[in-house]
Amino acid sequence: MTRAIEDDVRATSLYLDKEVLDPRVMEAINTVPRHALVPTNQRRHAYLNQPIPIGYGQTISQPYIVAIMTDLLNSQPEHKILEVGTGSGYQAAILSRLVQEVYTIEIIEALGKRAKRDLAELNYDNIKLRIGDGYYGWKQNAPFDGIVVTAVASHIPPPLIQQLKPGGRMIIPVGSRFLTQQLLLVIKNQRGNVTTQQILPVRFVPLTGSH
Amino acid sequence: MNHKLLQSELPPPRFSVALISATVLAYEVLLTRLFSIVQWHHFAYMVISIALLGFGASGTFLALKSRLVERFKPVYIINLILFGILALPCFLFAQQFAVHPEQLLWNPTQMIRVTAVYLLLALPFFFAANAIGLALMRFRLAVPQIYSADLIGAGLGSIAIVGLLYTLFPINALKILSVFGLIAAIIAGFELRVSWFRNAITSIIALSLLVAFYVLPAAWFNLSISPYKSMSQHLNVIDAYIETKRSSPLGLLNVIASPTVPLRHAPGLSLNAFVEIPEQRGVFIDGNGITPIDAYAKRDDSAYLDNLTSALPYHLNRPANIVVLGAGGGSLVRQALYHEAHSVTAVELDQQIIKLMQGDYRDFSGGLYDNEVVNIQIKEARGFLAGNPQSYDLIQVALIDSFAASSAGLYALNENYLYTIEALEEFYAHLSKDGYLGISRWVKLPPRDGLKLFATAVKALRRAGVAEPAEQLLMIRGWQTSTLLMKKGQFTQEEIARARHFCETRSFDLVFYAGMPVSLANRYNVLPESFFYHGAQLLLDDSSEQFLTDYKFNIEPATDDRPYFFYFFKWRTLPEIVSLMGRGGVPLLESGYLILIATLIQAVLISIVLILLPLWKRIRNSSVRRGRMVGYFAALGFAFFFVEIAFIQKFLLFIHNPVLAVALVLSGFLVFAGLGSYIASHYQTGQDARRLVTTAVIAIGIFGLLYALVLTDLVFEPLIGAPTLVKLAVSLTLIGLLATPMGMPFPLGLARLGKQAKKQIPLAWAINGCASVISAILATVIAIHFGFTIVVLLAITLYFLAAIMFEF
Repeated sequence: MTRAIEDDVRATSLYLDKEVLDPRVMEAINTVPRHALVPTNQRRHAYLNQPIPIGYGQTISQPYIVAIMTDLLNSQPEHKILEVGTGSGYQAAILSRLVQEVYTIEIIEALGKRAKRDLAELNYDNIKLRIGDGYYGWKQNAPFDGIVVTAVASHIPPPLIQQLKPGGRMIIPVGSRFLTQQLLLVIKNQRGNVTTQQILPVRFVPLTGSH
Repeated sequence: MNHKLLQSELPPPRFSVALISATVLAYEVLLTRLFSIVQWHHFAYMVISIALLGFGASGTFLALKSRLVERFKPVYIINLILFGILALPCFLFAQQFAVHPEQLLWNPTQMIRVTAVYLLLALPFFFAANAIGLALMRFRLAVPQIYSADLIGAGLGSIAIVGLLYTLFPINALKILSVFGLIAAIIAGFELRVSWFRNAITSIIALSLLVAFYVLPAAWFNLSISPYKSMSQHLNVIDAYIETKRSSPLGLLNVIASPTVPLRHAPGLSLNAFVEIPEQRGVFIDGNGITPIDAYAKRDDSAYLDNLTSALPYHLNRPANIVVLGAGGGSLVRQALYHEAHSVTAVELDQQIIKLMQGDYRDFSGGLYDNEVVNIQIKEARGFLAGNPQSYDLIQVALIDSFAASSAGLYALNENYLYTIEALEEFYAHLSKDGYLGISRWVKLPPRDGLKLFATAVKALRRAGVAEPAEQLLMIRGWQTSTLLMKKGQFTQEEIARARHFCETRSFDLVFYAGMPVSLANRYNVLPESFFYHGAQLLLDDSSEQFLTDYKFNIEPATDDRPYFFYFFKWRTLPEIVSLMGRGGVPLLESGYLILIATLIQAVLISIVLILLPLWKRIRNSSVRRGRMVGYFAALGFAFFFVEIAFIQKFLLFIHNPVLAVALVLSGFLVFAGLGSYIASHYQTGQDARRLVTTAVIAIGIFGLLYALVLTDLVFEPLIGAPTLVKLAVSLTLIGLLATPMGMPFPLGLARLGKQAKKQIPLAWAINGCASVISAILATVIAIHFGFTIVVLLAITLYFLAAIMFEF
């Protein structure tokens, strides 16, 4: 799976501005047992480079997309990351191998409980999970160096922008449940101004020729 | 047994044939509704194909088991009973095979599920078609009368289902149809003089079914809505529930309340907007797309609406007289009131939403739709403007599709008459001097919607006689939504400055205005390149046609003849996308269109396997000139549906009400074709039949050509402002003139077979069914690429070919 991801990253280097992802990210992906975080009846697909349904109309993203998202966060070992939309817990698990603390919120109780159980079995003890509304973030532990928003929302919640540290990054996969169309990278500069970058995670130029 | 003697004793079972035809067509229409609710719209094409597959397979079955006609009475009635018993459970089982369109692209097991759904749903149609086919075989001297009863019944059924859906929820309508299938069996018992005991058995079965519907747990009849639809996802949130439900032919409407975790629907909200979103209720149509109803207590509750891209026109000027097309739950109406509009006309086709806003949610919404400044029009958008002499300072076209479904290409097959060149011309014509037309769309990457809309606006302005379209266009975007403004006049420097200020304070990006420097593009919501800016420039350039050709997505403006705005796919891009499949390339495929193609291929294969192959020997050993016979019935199968589907769209633009248009055209075509069949029954002999087929085809050619080429200019335009009843009467007359001759060739061909080779009747039925299965989908594919006019011309050609092949 990691080799497939590395090949894909090289193919999309034009848009990622790099030929290879952070080796720490690839190491984390190699380490985290993805099959332990998907429903039992989906385990045979766990290491395929495709999204997987996990119930309740939710999915676990294609590993290739997870790798890019994690890399875009530019996480450092001392960082504190917030995730809104735990889902299977896979993204939180990956991040926990890279940073000091991961705070993750899941609004669907059944999913949250399942993720909590699965992550506990993996002994990933730097992940704090709560079940609830992630719109207002996790104020008690803010600000965060990075925020991942995989929960469905019609807009970027302003409280999350507020809880992002200056210099911090927020990553939001945008698209339908199964297919990530684009990655939205929200960057807050040192002065607190926010801009977004829309990243197409595929090497595709819509126009060629003399234009 | 002497069949001739039997035939003279028994009249053909016209009433039961008519009733089962009515029920089956209603069932077919209802299935398209049900699948729109549990899945998505494009499954409607599959349903039509499934229905006709059942009919085609029945023809094959009867051809192979023709001796069943010797036991006509019990077999006929049993088939009617089987339809009645299976109609509901087959659907309930089929919906358990969770099919997700996007998974179809990369998960092969999905095709197995689709096939299972096909076969399950084809069963009720199979049994109904058996009944009709048996009647045609048994009473072969009365073929035109039976066919006539079939068509008239079907026509009435299409109207009846519309009425049913206004009064019943779809699943309850399905229960009713099941019982009607059994009622057809009871009526057949009387028509065929079956013993009272057997009639009693049938009646007991019907009654038992009715009782079962009320006694069995309601949960057994629940619709299994896809968990990936936005309503399903909202219902996963703790304490969220369905507060209100309404049903109409336009859709199943659900209102969601979420007391613990608010809905907070504000697509495209500015990054700088630190405002609270008021309490909302979410209105979902068929489980997808959300139009929110905002709670209202004070003006500030609506402040967030000033932080959407759609608020732009209010910051350029003070439009006083506003129209909102597709008002829904009233967000854009509320936005207009927030900016102190003097008059807001809210145009909404779905009466159910208006009733909710003026009834159950009147207090919640602060009486938005009873506000003295707000004028409600329950009309289709273009229908409201057609023949309307008024002009407006601002016309806003609401964003009504959901981002997720739109991203996945699931709307590719939706005909849309709001985003065509003709639509924008019409909207522009209704602007007052210096008025604005505002259209918001989702921002998708790579750019599609936004550029296609821009291209459409440029063409519309040129057609309206504007020499420099660039001067009258302005476009902005956030990371999620874009808004295009067309002005009836040139944008002034002051307006441009205000637009820049609006964007800077909200971190929106300017996309286009005349003379805009590239340095202003792509500042806050950064794309890898200034796609939208450059695209807009190129679309105004002399090389725009080359740009449209070179662009890897289809952004050629849609027209009323090819109203597929959401069709972006280009076949030449497929190899490149396929090479990127594992590398994030799947979202580049427009899944809706590809599902249509996959359905077409599947329909062809299943038709060949289930219909033609089993009869191959029969075709080869046929005593008639088999090439001509196959060609005749195949051509008719294609042509009838081509005409019907094309004219549903044509009349939709005249009647301006999709429910009325579909019901009228469908029922009109069938009833008048039935009338044509009845007339044909008096001309079944040799030369008379030949002459009638020729005359009918000539009439079809003349009317078809006239309707395709000049109907809009000669009839629709002058009557555009006429009352609906007048339009319906005119439409019915026009349909009658065309459909009556269309009903003649098929029964005349069957009658001819009945004399020369009666065993080939089910074969002809099967061939015709096979062609019909394919044509329902093929018509859409052709229309997407070449337009509905070409579909009609093809149909006329096929009718002429059929006339040539009549001597089989």
